[in-house]
Amino acid sequence: MELASLIANVQGLTVIGVGLILGLGAAGTAIGFGLLGGKFLEGAARQPELAPMLQVKMFIVAGLLDAVTMIGVGMALFFTFANPFLSAVQSAAG
Amino acid sequence: MSTEGGATAYIVHHLTPLSVGEGFWAFHLDTLFFSAVLGGIFVWFFKTVADKATAGVPGMMQNIAEMLVEFVDNQVKDTFHGRSDLIAPLALTIFCWVFLWNAMDMLPVDLMSAIGGVMGIDYIRVVPSTDLNATFALSISVFFLIIFYSIKVKGVAGFVKEMTCTPFGPKMLPFNLLLKLVEELAKPISLALRLFGNLYAGELVFILIALLPPVIQPVLGFPWAVFHILVITLQAFIFMVLTIVYLSLAHEEH
Repeated sequence: MELASLIANVQGLTVIGVGLILGLGAAGTAIGFGLLGGKFLEGAARQPELAPMLQVKMFIVAGLLDAVTMIGVGMALFFTFANPFLSAVQSAAG
Repeated sequence: MSTEGGATAYIVHHLTPLSVGEGFWAFHLDTLFFSAVLGGIFVWFFKTVADKATAGVPGMMQNIAEMLVEFVDNQVKDTFHGRSDLIAPLALTIFCWVFLWNAMDMLPVDLMSAIGGVMGIDYIRVVPSTDLNATFALSISVFFLIIFYSIKVKGVAGFVKEMTCTPFGPKMLPFNLLLKLVEELAKPISLALRLFGNLYAGELVFILIALLPPVIQPVLGFPWAVFHILVITLQAFIFMVLTIVYLSLAHEEH
């Protein structure tokens, strides 16, 4: 029972951590994309002939914005399915 | 398949690579196989088009190849401010190869698993970009190219000077070095993890959708698949553009 409650504790805290990683990453990316898209629309409205070039550059910056969020998603999924803290508890207890 | 143990086991089964060996020497045979096959397809396609290229009315394959080459060439011309014969072919290779890797994610989740099961292979992951080994292999190769070109264009003395004397003067040498090291290391790490994170998350969402009741699957699966088409192309494009930008920075002389 002691082991089960330890595992439950670790899992519960891990889930909260994963939720924070995913949620904060999503919030930051959403705000960033919103600003980026808004600036692009403004620029395209000002000079429509530059719109294709601006769109390419927008996608480039979008990829950069996504990067750390995706790194966070990768780490969050890693903690969900291959939690190293859990294996530490299990190897220490059994 | 609706018990919790069943769902987790299904997910883990689909995300476990076919690996041989332990620890550092674990070879992911499925990643190696599929990335080699896709590289072969890429080389075969362009070689066939180059052999049969005509200046008259082009066929479909030649059209596609010309579009790709022109697209990459324009990107390189816009972004690369040095002189090099290597950059455009490198960019084309990276774009097409990463795009083919990512496109493997569009195959149905259970299809490759079933084929593998028939052939006696228990675990198989068909998307090389969901394997950290593959994405880091590509980005570490780009990292070595960056260092190689930095030294080639600036000389060893110039390279050392750039590492130790920018952005602040020579008096703050340790601080400069630390800053430059972090900046240089951030390039391959962010390249690899960006591609990995996007594709791993995409594959995981496909697997999670596969766990839903079959009636709901198209409702969620179809929009996600369509969005994923954008992500596939975008991530290959970003990898290529950032490679060109980093190599352009390496070619800079003051």
